[in-house]
Amino acid sequence: MAKARKVLVYRHAAATRLTHWINVLAVSLLLMSGLQIFNAHPALYWGQKSHFAEPWVAMTAEQRGARTIGVTRIGSLTIETTGLFGYSGKPGAQEPRGFPAWTTLPSFRDLADGRRWHFFFAWLFVINGVVYWAMSLINGHARKDLLPTRTDLAPRNVWHEIVTHAKLRFPKGEEARRYNILQKGAYLAAAALLLPLMVGTGLTMSPGFDAGAPWLLDLFGGRQSARTIHFITASLVVAFIVVHLVMVVASGTWNNIRSMITGRYAIEVEGEPR
Amino acid sequence: MTGPTTDRRGWLKVAAASLGGLWLAACDKFATDPKTLKVLARAEGLTRRAQRLVVDRKALAREFSAADISPDFRANGSINPDDKDYRAHVAAGFADYRLVIDGLVERPLSLSLAELRAQPARTQITRHDCVEGWSSIGKWTGARLGPLLDQAGLKKTARYIVFHCADTLEQTLDSSGQYYESIDLVDAYHPQTILAYAMNDKVLPVAHGAPVRLRVERQLGYKQAKYVMRLEAVEDFTHMGRGNGGFWEDRGYEWYAGI
Repeated sequence: MAKARKVLVYRHAAATRLTHWINVLAVSLLLMSGLQIFNAHPALYWGQKSHFAEPWVAMTAEQRGARTIGVTRIGSLTIETTGLFGYSGKPGAQEPRGFPAWTTLPSFRDLADGRRWHFFFAWLFVINGVVYWAMSLINGHARKDLLPTRTDLAPRNVWHEIVTHAKLRFPKGEEARRYNILQKGAYLAAAALLLPLMVGTGLTMSPGFDAGAPWLLDLFGGRQSARTIHFITASLVVAFIVVHLVMVVASGTWNNIRSMITGRYAIEVEGEPR
Repeated sequence: MTGPTTDRRGWLKVAAASLGGLWLAACDKFATDPKTLKVLARAEGLTRRAQRLVVDRKALAREFSAADISPDFRANGSINPDDKDYRAHVAAGFADYRLVIDGLVERPLSLSLAELRAQPARTQITRHDCVEGWSSIGKWTGARLGPLLDQAGLKKTARYIVFHCADTLEQTLDSSGQYYESIDLVDAYHPQTILAYAMNDKVLPVAHGAPVRLRVERQLGYKQAKYVMRLEAVEDFTHMGRGNGGFWEDRGYEWYAGI
């Protein structure tokens, strides 16, 4: 049997690579400025309006004798989260705030600047997303690489992929030329579901846009529901990023990064060089 | 063996903390750099134009039913101004209050509350969206701004309506802490733009801007100027306050607060 050797295959089109990195920039800044905006009123509600006495989620600072602690409430659940949510900061300079300083842009409380960052990069994010989808439909990325085939969706295949992913064993050879079903599922869910949901719920929070598209209020169940779904979806985006980064590292950090910069991805093939 | 380990841990902690601190400081320097913010602020113009393009200028903000009215409508900003003139008005039950409409108008107006209540009015149950993120729903009754401006007769050069308020929200040496706001004529003539004197079927309370507050639905809470004393039609507002068209605008918030 011939020894495996590495060959570089062309994996990512220029449009995919460019929009990916613009997205990295936009999403990072949107998340951090978004938490700055969230911190201006660190509570979430369901419905059209706020019910101040009974938020669904709230991060507050509370007095326990001489000590101040951070408290996070989710529904009927109450958790002490001092140092992380509700009350955080350097020793001696702790303050009541939803998310801690290292997660927000700017680090200190500044809603006005947070909004500037958020809306500027929201535009970049939307334009970039439109370019990504347009190019993916034109160059076949969506159909050839992302759309699951019948074989992909066979329960045996799905189960096989789940097991090999859990063991962090990834295909290195011919199979690595294409996305497996879990990759397809994750990328499709992020690009076709999460990202549009971020934009949709974001626009529903705009009183100006609501006047022109009141159906958004019905779709998401009101402005406060939209704000809550915006937050949940952003959390799912963070979860996606975490899993994505773990998978990048587990399946070959430099190979993956190179493929997203130059487009070339190394796979192992058997046989003598031709 | 514990000594060196703790030392090393301590050192690592200090290193991590200082690196973190440096990172935050670098981020903040960049995040609050005036030139950067100026570039970012250009998105506001884009947002305003895009919204004006896709939203009909007469499109109404959603109106709700009486059952939706918030029992806990939050009062924000000034909730009980201690300005001397305003206290005198409160003490007199606003008996001497006059709403002045002047500036670039043919016929300046000065209306008592009774006269204002006799103007073409509108009642609407709408959602108030604070820039902080919360919303409350309230019922507002007030004089429609459009017909009032027609009565005063706007001059051709008038482009904005500036709302001068009775409250000082921030104590400053140059009186730039006086609350004011401004809207353009698209919003001034919008059917839901009213000078509200009643809230939830009662006389407008002090906490919510007695005797008169602006309701300019389709924009955020800070545009809904409270304690309105005078409307001034202007061509340009850059000579007022710090030049950005409103108290919060002078403190970094967008003039177009539709988002």
